[in-house]
Amino acid sequence: MTLQGLDPPFSRPVANPSGAVILRRGGLVARRFATRYGVLIGFLAFWQVAATLGWVNPAIFPPIDQIATALWGALADGSLTDDIAISLQRAGIAFVAAVGLGIPLGLLMGQIRVIERALDPILQLFRQTSALALYPVFILILGLGETSKVFVIFWATLFPILLATIGGVKEVDAKLIEMARSYGARQTTVFRRVILPASVPAIFVGLRLSATTSLLLLIAAEMIGANKGIGFQVMNAQYNFQIPLMFAAIFLLAMLGLAANAVLVALQNHLCRWSVASR
Amino acid sequence: MSAVETMRRGEISVRGLAKSFTLNGQRLNVLRDLNLSVAPGESLAIVGPSGCGKTTLLRVLAGLELPDTGQVLIDGVPVRGLGRERAIIFQEPRLLPWLSVLGNVSFGLELRGVPQSQAQARARHYIRLVGLADFETAYPRQLSGGMAQRVGIARALTVQPEILLLDEPFGALDAMTKLTMQEELARIWREEALTMVLVTHDLEEAIFLADRVLVLQRENMGAPRLIDISIPRPRDRSSGDFVKMRRALMAEFGLH
Repeated sequence: MTLQGLDPPFSRPVANPSGAVILRRGGLVARRFATRYGVLIGFLAFWQVAATLGWVNPAIFPPIDQIATALWGALADGSLTDDIAISLQRAGIAFVAAVGLGIPLGLLMGQIRVIERALDPILQLFRQTSALALYPVFILILGLGETSKVFVIFWATLFPILLATIGGVKEVDAKLIEMARSYGARQTTVFRRVILPASVPAIFVGLRLSATTSLLLLIAAEMIGANKGIGFQVMNAQYNFQIPLMFAAIFLLAMLGLAANAVLVALQNHLCRWSVASR
Repeated sequence: MSAVETMRRGEISVRGLAKSFTLNGQRLNVLRDLNLSVAPGESLAIVGPSGCGKTTLLRVLAGLELPDTGQVLIDGVPVRGLGRERAIIFQEPRLLPWLSVLGNVSFGLELRGVPQSQAQARARHYIRLVGLADFETAYPRQLSGGMAQRVGIARALTVQPEILLLDEPFGALDAMTKLTMQEELARIWREEALTMVLVTHDLEEAIFLADRVLVLQRENMGAPRLIDISIPRPRDRSSGDFVKMRRALMAEFGLH
């Protein structure tokens, strides 16, 4: 005797698309695209029209096509390549260092109550102190070179990933841990097979926050004390009144942020196929 | 003692067990001087009002909690914490959401050091036994409540315990699924020759599944009572004996 499931089995409709179906599907894709990106396209179109017709001062808001030309020109002649490379390097080193310290420390603090209790007050103090306010201190200690820039980005980037990891570990369902223990799992096995995988979604939330933070701090640090980098180029273009180039650099930063986020989302979807939250 | 008796294991014996909790500064004696023995292969149901200590008793049997005094012996050996000869089925399925059905069912065996391929082979057998062969690769979020609970049951059976401890396993299921699952469990218990201790709120479930029912009362409301359920199996819920037994059991709680 086997059990007859009360739940209907999964079924997939047999695909046999006719011309009308393909057309309808095409319409659906177009509509989905329009609802998703319509407002964005409208915003860019409004900008273009407003700048061309003189509704806004085109010296401050140049038309989109001029910005695109400036961006293309700067990318094509390689004048921004060095800046992009140095910016990526600064943000990248800081991000990797913050993740390399934040995740293990967060896992430790989330697991061991004593360590969390001892470290929490000082971490709260550090977190509430603006990284930019500390930048002068870092410059005094580390000099005006690369180290202080990377360090200030690292400092600000550390906290989102650290706090998200601690939160993730602490929020693991105690009932799952008890289940694993009831099958004879010891502390290290519980950690490896239950706590770690259960924390992955929360860790990814932290990674995405940290990636955004690292780019924010990158620009601020480059605007304050650098002679290279995308943030420096934004400031420099503004000083020299190359407004299309300024917007081009700003656009480039936005693209960097979107790209970083997209990479992390793709990685998250790959690692957390099981999770509803990541879909 | 005959050879057959020595072969069959899974005997539980509870001696002078007491356990109390302190709740809002008040001492609550949930279990007091409890003595009980469960024969190998027997099915015992524990019923009683909430707060009577039935789940506490099960958790002590499981080794998840320690008694204040007294002891639990399994096959004559005092229990110290969790043990391989016992498996627990909780009220919630407690599945790991990142593992497939197959991964969840083989999880218990893998924790006990069985190589993955071997664990999965045995897991597949029990997945078939609970009727989920087509869902091996599904993730828990794709399963209904009844299917998820069946995965939990398969996981417990896969470690081939002598004693199955169930804490209101069907409490969260709808009425239809619950009936099917009770029949499933009765069949599995018979086929696997397990000792089974089942905590439940549902008197009908207790009568359907158990050889004996332990009725616990709240503190100062009377001593625990053991009631034999001598209805032949497979049991029919609408038979005269069954209905009579249900009426008798309800009377224990002052219900008519």
